[in-house]
Amino acid sequence: MPTITIDGVAYEVEAGRNLLESCLSLGLDLPYFCWHPAMGSIGACRQCAVVQYQNAEDNRGRIVMGCMTPVTDGAIFSLSGDKARHFREAIVESLMLNHPHDCPVCAEGGECHLQDMTVMVGHRDRHYRGRKNTHRNQYLGPLINHEMNRCITCYRCTRYYRDYAGGTDLAAMAAHDHIYFGRHQEGVLQSEFAGNLVEVCPTGVFTDKSLVHDYTRKWDLQSAPSVCTACAVGCNTIPGERYGRLKRVHNRFNAEVNGYFLCDRGRFGAGFVNSDRALEFPGLREADGRYRALDHHDALHRMMDSCAAGKVAGIGSPRASVEANYLLRLLAGTDNFAPGFSDAEQDLVNLALRLQQQSAAVTPDIRTIESADAVLVLGEDVTNTAPRIALALRQSVRNKAYEMAAGLRLETWQDAAIRNLAQQQRSPLFIAAVADTPLDDVATRRLSLAPEGIAALGQAVAAGISGAASATPGSTSGEAVDIVAALARASRPLVIAGTGCGSAAVLQAAAEVANALCSSGRQAMLCLCVPEANSLGQAMLAGPKAPNLGALEERARAGEIDTLVVLENDLYRRGNSAGIDALLAECRNVIVLDGLDNATTSAATLVLPAANFAESEGTLVSLEGRAQRYYPLFQPREERRPSWVWLLACMKELERPDVHSLHHFDDITRACAADIPALAGITAAAPDLHYLNLGVKIPRQPSRYSGRTAMRANISVHEPKQREDEETPLAFTMEGLNRSQPGALLPWVWSPGWNSNQSLHKFQTHAGGPLKGGTAGVRLLHPGAAGGHRISDITAPATAAASAAPDLWQLVPRPRIFGSDELSALSPGLAELVVPGFIELSPADAGRLGVATGDGVDVGDGIATLEVRVNATMTTGCAGYSAGFAGSGNLAPLARVTLQRAANWQRRPQLIGSDRGNGSGSSHV
Amino acid sequence: MLTGDCMSELIPVVSDGETALSAAEIALIDAEIAHVPYRSAVAIDALKIVQAQRGWVSDESLRAIARHLRMSAAELDGVATFYNLIFRRPVGEQVILLCNSISCWIKGCDTLQAQISERLGIGLGETTADNRYTLLPVTCLGACDKAPVLMVGEELHEDVSAQSLRELLAGSGDDR
Repeated sequence: MPTITIDGVAYEVEAGRNLLESCLSLGLDLPYFCWHPAMGSIGACRQCAVVQYQNAEDNRGRIVMGCMTPVTDGAIFSLSGDKARHFREAIVESLMLNHPHDCPVCAEGGECHLQDMTVMVGHRDRHYRGRKNTHRNQYLGPLINHEMNRCITCYRCTRYYRDYAGGTDLAAMAAHDHIYFGRHQEGVLQSEFAGNLVEVCPTGVFTDKSLVHDYTRKWDLQSAPSVCTACAVGCNTIPGERYGRLKRVHNRFNAEVNGYFLCDRGRFGAGFVNSDRALEFPGLREADGRYRALDHHDALHRMMDSCAAGKVAGIGSPRASVEANYLLRLLAGTDNFAPGFSDAEQDLVNLALRLQQQSAAVTPDIRTIESADAVLVLGEDVTNTAPRIALALRQSVRNKAYEMAAGLRLETWQDAAIRNLAQQQRSPLFIAAVADTPLDDVATRRLSLAPEGIAALGQAVAAGISGAASATPGSTSGEAVDIVAALARASRPLVIAGTGCGSAAVLQAAAEVANALCSSGRQAMLCLCVPEANSLGQAMLAGPKAPNLGALEERARAGEIDTLVVLENDLYRRGNSAGIDALLAECRNVIVLDGLDNATTSAATLVLPAANFAESEGTLVSLEGRAQRYYPLFQPREERRPSWVWLLACMKELERPDVHSLHHFDDITRACAADIPALAGITAAAPDLHYLNLGVKIPRQPSRYSGRTAMRANISVHEPKQREDEETPLAFTMEGLNRSQPGALLPWVWSPGWNSNQSLHKFQTHAGGPLKGGTAGVRLLHPGAAGGHRISDITAPATAAASAAPDLWQLVPRPRIFGSDELSALSPGLAELVVPGFIELSPADAGRLGVATGDGVDVGDGIATLEVRVNATMTTGCAGYSAGFAGSGNLAPLARVTLQRAANWQRRPQLIGSDRGNGSGSSHV
Repeated sequence: MLTGDCMSELIPVVSDGETALSAAEIALIDAEIAHVPYRSAVAIDALKIVQAQRGWVSDESLRAIARHLRMSAAELDGVATFYNLIFRRPVGEQVILLCNSISCWIKGCDTLQAQISERLGIGLGETTADNRYTLLPVTCLGACDKAPVLMVGEELHEDVSAQSLRELLAGSGDDR
């Protein structure tokens, strides 16, 4: 390790780093703007200037930029020297020439990196008396607000948006003192990861629109460590609350999962928490079909009575916590507990779990995905099903650039130099999908294939890697040769597939490719995507033998179910409506626990309002098998209770011996871990409620939290005692210590002098490194632990092998980042980006049916009627459908259906300029 | 990326695809593309080609060039707006580029500017009502030894005096 001298003190620092990150890692405050730990250095802002001396005799030194200066053994620097200090102060003053003094009305105020740096350099008096530049702001869509006047031209936004996230519609315009960061024309930012601009921008140019419209300063937000529930990746988040409303979601750093970035579904998709469809009271259906509100005790007794008499079945949910599902499974009994997937999905998720458990390949976390030097994606459109993985794949293709840089001995943080060197050269990324995907722009090749074709391609690749000549030379065998060559050359090859295209054969083929790579001596990675936040946990809990919804429906018809308890699950999204109608109608009592009103709660005899992720605690198992805990950030209002509280209370009332010793949330976690071998590790996901941080709890409120009395002065001027949190190590107060605790318990980041999210480095082992308290979550799938190559022993569930009849189209899911997930699609800003349900057809198929984009088609015999989108990349014979959308619930993946031009279809009206709020991503005819 | 550009729904599309570029323009641009490894490398040349044909680069032209070079409109607009001699707004038939850097300033470019403004009735960045002249400031024309200098159209005029400027603008303005 090189030793450097800073202001006369010798420090040992990590080799290969630049001086800025070394200083920050040492705890020295050196101001900066353009450098970002995930994006490296370009030396644009000149803020991190220091003096470097040639040698001990040199007493003049020269100004260098910390972010562009490698740390070399024996180097001598000064941070505090007058020359460097005056230079840094002058830089802030020059940035302030055009920066408005609008902090009081700026959404960034109080967590502004520019404010922090201005104070840090000691610049106080503005000398400039001229006019400031003013810019016209752009409408950038419903999620992000634009206020260009505040820009300090650090270029972080375009470097993130274009270079890191692959966006093409945000650029730096013009030059010198009228630089403008914006779009060519006003309009919705097209990147699925645009929301990170809010955190990347060091000042208030890009801010969270929903926060701007319902504003609270960072210091007034009550926050808790949470986990995103919008997909199965399990990104760590920090949601913030005030007045019982969720105000915003920020990234919570996890070195192995989301790093510094979230997708827009995760960042802006939690607004459903504030929905006016939220249930507040238990409801009992009267004879006339209307619901009567009950109080808590009355509801509980009715639930107890229903569960005490007769046979009980339970339907869990892949969007509910492990603990709530576990209690329901106890209540209903193992044989009477369905995990709550659709029947097809249940088989696929079970298969995905088994393949990962039995594969020799590593199940990678997101950071490991970024290290892949050759990637094969089979059938999964990750941008739309597990978006954060797509952002990681955009980094993986840069490994070619890093290889080239290593050849020239360029440090990895030399961002501009490395991008210039590599230009458009990328590591191989092959995508086989039914049609185009948003990652195509960085793919070596994207092949449009039907699901069987994708599986066959995978098999051919696996055979090619094993050295066996492909047994079935097909039209894709030439492509397979290229893919085999790329994967065989790689040292860290990655295969990605998932449940997203609905095909078990594709999952199987992906596992075989990974296994073939392992057998040939490579450390291959296998990533299998599943749909929901706890899909994998649910498969682990329920096991492969659990009944599915179809089985429960049969039992219900046979009169074998008296009481059906449905946990946080809108069953009408899981199966065709006729079957669900029958299931619910055949059960005398249908008890539904859920947070928002939906079709299933409307069919219940008793509805219990369940707290959502922001109001309750729970464990979720992500697609990489990482168990992670989320914590309530505020108290649920009225009679809303966490599902586990309802279920536990009911079972206690029933005097069930299996819950006799369960009192706290932690007890359920422990009982579940003891009971279910696959989930044995979940107790290690986070510390239990007895954890104390140097003797005190961890505060949800920052020490500047204001107005605790004032905000309820309309009720009483006497401040009530703060609610005690009896379930977690966090407190609903400002008191406590937020420092160096385990990463799973980090409710917010702040450090003296560092009010913005840049204070994160104070919580990291080194700038950009893992959290001091350890990385949150625990892996339940041990990467590559299973040495067996027994993939062929696993028989994929038979998919209907109907031969392609000319008059039938195969339904293939085409999930969308905005719309396919149930709850995020109900969040106000994001809802504006949800397009109407659709059927995608190839031009040839559209021609055969005589339809064009915007026309309607009837699917099957009255299954659904949806809008046509003609897609030139769509595989002929396949019909892509808007999976997970309202109106698409009856469509089953891979089913072969008839399509027919809809007779009385009303084309949607053309949008006009004033409809801009309804801006969708689709292109109109 | 979301498919398609949302705002294209909201703003009337004047022309579609490559039709916004003439065959001649496409031929000239393609000739440049033949010399470079990436199509986007000819961005500046393509903008100059279109500007030579049309006098300026409209939004429609810019999008057409971007499509032809397979780059995003935002990226190309970043290039176009970086250079102050790529005109993103219409200019008159002749552009007067009046140098205002140090040598020309010492030698009285401000007086010349006042004279032009008075004569043509336009300030910096403005175009005469008859669309003949646009007056723009420029930072150095590389002829400091002949200051003050200005360009009218393609032609450089050195050692400009009140007299020579009067002759230069003869036939313009009111006495035409």
